[in-house]
Amino acid sequence: MHPLTQAIVKQACKIIVGKEQQIRQSLACLLARGHLLIEDIPGMGKTTLAHLLARLLGLQFNRIQFTSDLLPSDIIGAAIYDRAGATFSFHPGPIFTQLLLADEINRTTPKTQSALLEAMEEHQVTTEGETRTLPEPFFVIATQNPAYHAGTFPLPESQLDRFLMRIQLGYPDRWAERVLLQGKDRRLLIDELEPCAEPAELVALQLEVEKVHASDALLDYLQSLVEHTRRNPRYNTGLSPRASLALLHSARAWAFMEGRHQIVPEDLQAVLPAVVTHRLRHDTTAADDGATIAAELLEEVPIP
Amino acid sequence: MIRRRADFSLSPAKTLWLLLAQALVIAPHAPRLPMWITLTSIAIAVWRYLASRWQWRAPGRVTRILLLALALAGVLASYGTVFGRDAGVALLVLALSLKLLELTQLRDVMLYLFLGYFLITTSFLYSQSMALAGYMLVVVLILTSALMVVSHPAREARIRPRLRQSASLLLQALPVALLLFLLFPRVSGPLWNLPKDAHHGITGLSDSMSPGSISQLSRSDAVAFRVDFDGEPPANAELYWRGPVLSHYNGETWSAAPPRRLRRSEFHVQPPGVHYTVTLEPHNRLWLFALDVPGSIPNDSYLTQDYQLLARQRVEQRLRYSVTSYLKHTEGARLSHYERRVALQLPAGENPLTRALAQRLRASSGNDAGLVAAVLRMFRQQPFVYTLNPPLLPTHNGADAFLFNTRRGFCEHYASAFVLIMRDAGIPARVVTGYQGGQYNPIGGYLIVRQSDAHAWTEIWLRGRGWVRVDPTAAVAPSRVEVGIEAALPNEAPGGLVFSHNSLLRHVALMWDSLNNGWNQWVLGYDNNRQTRLWSQLGLGNASWQWLASALALTVSGALIVLFGYLTLRQRGANRDRVRDAYQRFCRKLERRGLARAAQEGPLDYVRRVTRARPELAGRARRITQLYIALRYGPTPNAAQLHKLRGLIRRFRVRRVRR
Repeated sequence: MHPLTQAIVKQACKIIVGKEQQIRQSLACLLARGHLLIEDIPGMGKTTLAHLLARLLGLQFNRIQFTSDLLPSDIIGAAIYDRAGATFSFHPGPIFTQLLLADEINRTTPKTQSALLEAMEEHQVTTEGETRTLPEPFFVIATQNPAYHAGTFPLPESQLDRFLMRIQLGYPDRWAERVLLQGKDRRLLIDELEPCAEPAELVALQLEVEKVHASDALLDYLQSLVEHTRRNPRYNTGLSPRASLALLHSARAWAFMEGRHQIVPEDLQAVLPAVVTHRLRHDTTAADDGATIAAELLEEVPIP
Repeated sequence: MIRRRADFSLSPAKTLWLLLAQALVIAPHAPRLPMWITLTSIAIAVWRYLASRWQWRAPGRVTRILLLALALAGVLASYGTVFGRDAGVALLVLALSLKLLELTQLRDVMLYLFLGYFLITTSFLYSQSMALAGYMLVVVLILTSALMVVSHPAREARIRPRLRQSASLLLQALPVALLLFLLFPRVSGPLWNLPKDAHHGITGLSDSMSPGSISQLSRSDAVAFRVDFDGEPPANAELYWRGPVLSHYNGETWSAAPPRRLRRSEFHVQPPGVHYTVTLEPHNRLWLFALDVPGSIPNDSYLTQDYQLLARQRVEQRLRYSVTSYLKHTEGARLSHYERRVALQLPAGENPLTRALAQRLRASSGNDAGLVAAVLRMFRQQPFVYTLNPPLLPTHNGADAFLFNTRRGFCEHYASAFVLIMRDAGIPARVVTGYQGGQYNPIGGYLIVRQSDAHAWTEIWLRGRGWVRVDPTAAVAPSRVEVGIEAALPNEAPGGLVFSHNSLLRHVALMWDSLNNGWNQWVLGYDNNRQTRLWSQLGLGNASWQWLASALALTVSGALIVLFGYLTLRQRGANRDRVRDAYQRFCRKLERRGLARAAQEGPLDYVRRVTRARPELAGRARRITQLYIALRYGPTPNAAQLHKLRGLIRRFRVRRVRR
């Protein structure tokens, strides 16, 4: 295990009990410079996780609560007339931060959604003919309620693709919930935490991750997995090359966190459920459960 | 109790393929084996198939040892020994079948198939015919495919690609085999001593003759020898292939006098001579057959006093020799006292009627030649019949019964009676056996002499002329000598395609014989003499065979090293595959103890599971896994690490767990 990431995971596990896998996945997502989508019903600790990561990594943190009347300028910012100087000056929106929590992203209109997603993709925003870059590192954690909840605009597949990973927190087990009930308020606990790293350190780690070696044998395995989804008629659509890249980057981050300089098949297997399930759809709606899709895929493709 | 998991099992389809290979291997031996061995093999094969089908348990160790002991006892009872060619082959067949009872690992199957390769080779101890060689080639093809089928991980047996692969393997082996055949130094004689019983049951002339012995032989159309004449062959009536000379008569059986080497030849010839080459089928005797008395004799042979041509060793392999014969010759102008005594010997008190007849004829005819003419006239004019199925003669006074009563006989009857009359009349005489005539094969341009051409005639000694051939059969049945036995006895002579009246069938049969002759000449007849000749043609005439063997070994190993180097260079890119192969060996070792790696299981997950199940393996298994990951997934694999990994895996042992 990489010592720094291990320390972060250890601290985080004290706050969000019993969700180590999800914590690791979100950290890997961050290290791979991807954005994270957390899908769950309200009250499962999505916001807490975002807060926690921002605190531990010493990141500047902003939160936007998405509502149906939110406008793109509410996110990006707007040019406001300055009467004293008789000029328009740009007031940056909440997106100009290092870690952005976009809460309940599927409650807002597609127009606003796409404004955010474009910024996520390009790490810059363009308003009034002027392009402004977003700070580095830039990391979005979006949360959404499951699609069947009332008053939601489900994200289209093309936009889901922008998120490197999608995770579900799920209910805590009995023991974890007891710890939560007995402990202090999580918010207070987070405030008491000392940051483990500086933003600059995080950037350095991200650069390190890119150096993790992916051998031909590993790429063979990755391609076998991807090709399986393209060939098997069970899947509506196969995985795109962007998904292949996402898998590779995530596996790199995971291997790095495990303290390795090369990816092994287990790294790929560990990140695969989070990376592919929001990009794949079963032909039959019955077995649309993400965990099942990933398990089947891993089961069917042998490691070459 | 040790409980073993089903480490290895053959699917029914693969088993069937294995059993097919076995059936083909045993088939050429089956007619020679006692019935019980064949039946046992079939029974075990059926059991094996059903066992693979219904997952029956293999018999335990005690049962297997018991069965082996039974097999040994059975062979001992059938053959009286467990050594020698026949008993050895029988034992091998049983061993092959019994091995089917314990196919618990891939290794057993390999052993089983290799035994099959060995067993099919033993067929050569019985016959080296072209047809058998072709058959064996097919069997080797099937065996090789079976080897591939059982080694293939797929459960179902896909035959056609395996057949194609093994055919291509055999094709690749062909040039090497050819090269070794041509160049591998041959020592004269067989490479190893054949077991004593290897030459039994060969038909041919013997050194004695009693009524019925030659007519018995005449029923066989087996080839005795083939003759290649330089130039036109002489007329059929002149083709007397001289064999055993029989001088001693005991009242029923003629037998040869002990051979005495000819010291002082009284042998005069008139050119032209006939030059020819004989390819003699092995008959396990000493005689070499030649036309009349040869003017020049082959190496390793000698003439006896009664002008038999004998080899120094029994003819146990097909033998080629060249002879020049002179059809016009005189021999033995002077007869020694001993020779005269031998040629006049008669059992006392036998055949009084014959003696009386001889004396009557002697008195009525003026000289010896007149007597001969009178006897032949008697055979020709009185109702004597030439037949393959004569009535039985009494053991005493057989000649009397034949001459005055039955008057039906085959060549041995006529020759015997004629010699007795001559001896009774005081003319030295003897029986000569051998072959007469032969069938000319126009396709190959050679003469085929068969056992059915076996014949007996006589030689009498006439003052001033020496030994003169007289064939009394020619007086009774002239067509026997002029054309052949199938013309003289159209209803009794052996059948067979070569005598068929259908010209197409006859043509095919002659073609087949011609092919066989070519095989004998060029493949089986390729001995050290011919090899030496080939070397001379290649400019290596003076080299010793040791030198040539070393040169050949060096050349072949040099070529192999070059090939190996080339393949290694090509393989370098496939280094990672060797890493994978090594790792798979590691997995197989664990698999044998029930810890199979799942296809989608990564190395770390696998080693974790292994460690949980077998904590004592943790250290070594982890080391191997680490090295494997570094080599297979790491950025810079190196040869030293690979070497280390393979060493670790080779030494990796998983003991069976006692539960």
